[in-house]
Amino acid sequence: MPVKVLIPTPLRPFAEKKDSIQFDARTVGEALDQLTGRFAELRKHLFADDGRLRNFVNVYVNDEDVRYLQKDQTPLKEGDIISIIPSIAGGSSTGFQPVRFP
Amino acid sequence: MLRLNEDLIIRIRAHGEQTYPHECCGALLGRDEETEREILDLLPLENRHGESPRNRFTISAGDFRRAEQVASERGLNLLGWYHSHPDHPALPSEFDRAHAWPTYSYVIVSVEQRKSGQVTSWRLESDRVRFTPERIEIAAHIRV
Repeated sequence: MPVKVLIPTPLRPFAEKKDSIQFDARTVGEALDQLTGRFAELRKHLFADDGRLRNFVNVYVNDEDVRYLQKDQTPLKEGDIISIIPSIAGGSSTGFQPVRFP
Repeated sequence: MLRLNEDLIIRIRAHGEQTYPHECCGALLGRDEETEREILDLLPLENRHGESPRNRFTISAGDFRRAEQVASERGLNLLGWYHSHPDHPALPSEFDRAHAWPTYSYVIVSVEQRKSGQVTSWRLESDRVRFTPERIEIAAHIRV
């Protein structure tokens, strides 16, 4: 089914600066596989090492969060719009990251 | 380089002191120029982390969409996020790194015993391995 995937601003530099792209896909998982197949650098920002969507990546089909549908198996129909919406998170926690000082 | 006027720094500090001992958070709105990024406005947001707001912040998908909408209404772009580190240095943590998005500026303010201190800014490298510090230039006045 032809569907549109909206690419959030922070990921557009890794997607040839596109804000959206169309694919033929039957499920959300297929659409995301095609997206990361076309733009390989997106994969590490969307998926963890175990292949699952990072928990701060929200995927909507039209206005519904796929977590409450069938997740990556959520079926798509012609004209559906898939939105990737970041959750923003962080915190002081313990332990500090290596940083590169120029 | 990240440019913003002193009033915005004051507002970020005040937000961190206001929410202490919990982390504050908010959106950075502005414009990207060729060689620098200008922050022209802030959108304070609610820390949606219900379990551990003293050392975690969460901005929901709904608030993210609202930040995008507000930026658009004001003719600006959503360029990043700020948050506070209560009783911790203004250095990005492993948790910050694991949850960061590329291209955004992440401003952190340290708040020690309710008093704000250092303000820093960071960008996640594209390989996600680390942050790079972003020099902050405080301008007396930035024309919107």
